[in-house]
Amino acid sequence: MTTAIAAAETAPNYLNAKSGIWSWLTTTDHKRIALLYLWSMLIFFVFAALLAFIFRLELFAPGVQYFGSDIYNRLITLHGISMIFLFIIPGIPAVFGNFFLPILIGAEDVSFPRINLLSYYCFVVGALLALVSVILGGVDTGWTFYVPYSLRTEQNIFVPMLAAFVLGWSSILTGLNFVTTVHRLRDRRMKWFKMPLFIWALYSTGWVQILASPVVGITLVMVMLEKFIGVAIFDPTRGGDPILYEHLFWIYSHPAVYIMILPAMGVVSEIITTFSRKTIFGYKFVAYSSMAIAGIGSLVWAHHMFTSGMADAARIIFSFLTFFVAVPSAIKVFNWLATMYKGSIKLEPPMVWALMFIFLFSIGGLTGLYNGMLSIDIHIHDTSFVVAHFHYTMFGGTIMIFYAAMLYWWPKMFGRMYNKKLATTLAGTVFIGFNLTYFPLFLAGMAGMPRRYADYLPRYEIYHRLSTIGSWILISSLFLLLIHLIWAAKRGRKAPDSPWGGATLEWTTPSPPPTLNFTGEPDLSRWAYEYPEEVER
Amino acid sequence: MSHGTAAAAEHHHKHHDPEANKIGMWLFLFTEVLLFGTLFIAYAMYLTVHRWDFMAGSAQLDKLMGGANTIILLTSSLTMALAIGALERGKKKQSLILLTTTLLFACGFLGIKSVEWSHKFHLGIWPKSETLAAFPQGEQIFYGLYFTMTGLHALHVIIGAVAILITMALIGRGKVHQGRIDLLENTGLYWHLVDLVWIFLFPLFYLIG
Repeated sequence: MTTAIAAAETAPNYLNAKSGIWSWLTTTDHKRIALLYLWSMLIFFVFAALLAFIFRLELFAPGVQYFGSDIYNRLITLHGISMIFLFIIPGIPAVFGNFFLPILIGAEDVSFPRINLLSYYCFVVGALLALVSVILGGVDTGWTFYVPYSLRTEQNIFVPMLAAFVLGWSSILTGLNFVTTVHRLRDRRMKWFKMPLFIWALYSTGWVQILASPVVGITLVMVMLEKFIGVAIFDPTRGGDPILYEHLFWIYSHPAVYIMILPAMGVVSEIITTFSRKTIFGYKFVAYSSMAIAGIGSLVWAHHMFTSGMADAARIIFSFLTFFVAVPSAIKVFNWLATMYKGSIKLEPPMVWALMFIFLFSIGGLTGLYNGMLSIDIHIHDTSFVVAHFHYTMFGGTIMIFYAAMLYWWPKMFGRMYNKKLATTLAGTVFIGFNLTYFPLFLAGMAGMPRRYADYLPRYEIYHRLSTIGSWILISSLFLLLIHLIWAAKRGRKAPDSPWGGATLEWTTPSPPPTLNFTGEPDLSRWAYEYPEEVER
Repeated sequence: MSHGTAAAAEHHHKHHDPEANKIGMWLFLFTEVLLFGTLFIAYAMYLTVHRWDFMAGSAQLDKLMGGANTIILLTSSLTMALAIGALERGKKKQSLILLTTTLLFACGFLGIKSVEWSHKFHLGIWPKSETLAAFPQGEQIFYGLYFTMTGLHALHVIIGAVAILITMALIGRGKVHQGRIDLLENTGLYWHLVDLVWIFLFPLFYLIG
């Protein structure tokens, strides 16, 4: 027994199988690529969060405090571009998808390991271009690059657009890799409806990445061609139609929010079942709802444009479809709750964060229906209500689950445990800070506070002041946990192979896993959501 | 170290999965279809708005050259398909000759295309030109889309030609052969897509006048 443990401890894992910076930069091991993504993305996350911290300071009081509208607009644009393109869109798939997709289906790697590395370098190039655009003075178009303003502005719009274009490639290659891997490298004994739900989520996301990203890619190319070569496409003075740009932009960018949220939902399904010690309620419905969200979510884009000028019939159809996409999302939420019902719930840190997600995402999702409703949207369009809604879904949704996924899988990825008490306590302060930051923005938006404004009337002061104070609590809690996790990855106490007693395949391999993931044949005798003790209860 | 790389290479070889490469290629082709699809949406939308200007613009294009290019690309797809068939039967040399023919067709296509474009430039029609700026709005959009779409297509022809060259080199070195043909098949798929896009571009730009 002791010799077996000693042997397991000395057996090489993916972290120490090879050493040297070069072995990391040229690795084709999906787990190492996942870590490359993780560290790069966390840098951009911290960067983008700090930007938000800074411009919230400006909003602390009406009038100009530290800088005027010009800098403010550049800051929010940069915050949007780096958060969305460099963290939230690639986030969960590139880090946790890369690390766990092959393991969860019993494979040794993805189908195209070298393309996987290429995808990482596309990400790096895109990120560097985004950095260059900052050095060149930044842009103030917002992350949407709407024409005709982006065509007319003197700022260097080319570099950030090229950055988004290259990052699109990274996203496409990851999606292509995942879809192929699920088809080809899934253990032959694992049938489609035996796959973990995180895989279903990544599979659906992969399709959206493949089918939606090229649309925005070519649209950005059109704008670049128009701006720098003078090709007439969108310029209204030359017969073009700026509304067409908005359509093409949102044909990608709305599905993109599902690229951001679907993988997070997959993680929630894993965490909820593990810590409820109970089979997922309605497995097939949760699996199908991922595909349904991917499908219907691709048909709702024009709800971003209800006030831009569109036929009434089109607006009604898009409004209806927007309501419709809430159905599969609601299926997921209800099934998670039903899974917990009569479960043997353990409030470990990942579970606490996942529960916080359900609460915040429900607020985000339900306020989405307000935005989707034509009559109300006319009132709240381009107000801070929309900002609050978006942050409840993307921040309260995806980023909270990024943290939950770190807490859930950190012991597996690094073989080290973090301080659970700290992680749970910080969930509490994050919850307070988050709601304090964003809930007042709903109220301010209802009262007419426009978004993207550096200045405001005195009557909005209370909302902004609360929000700014909340942002301090929020950012310090998130950063503190991040610092602790980074410390724990190196110095935490050793973690067991299966700290949570989960039933999916990653818990059957050593922590950290060996380079080829499994020490023998993957053990598929237990289904991903099978908890024998549940039957006994 | 050398032992490690040999083991890794063996490992890699064991995992050569032609089916996965096919799936990957088809997924990539989907992205290409959506790339051009977006441009076709823009075209369709502007065609409804600027119907008469588009017809006038189309009448200014040379149907003969466009038609010749259509025939050239279609024939090149045939030689590509034959090249795959030849290698499947193990006829390496025949396959290489057919691929060379495909390459020559690609060059012919690009040659005619450049004659067409330079003729337009000669007439003063290029994206930022003053001559074009004096045209009716719809014709400016027509030319905007014409340069964008045929330009992007020409870029794809060039990428396809480079892919054919690389595949030929690998066939020559014996890395791609009868028993391991998926790279050639994927190059073929890409080439057929390039052909297919042109099948739509030709009537939309040359034949609506």
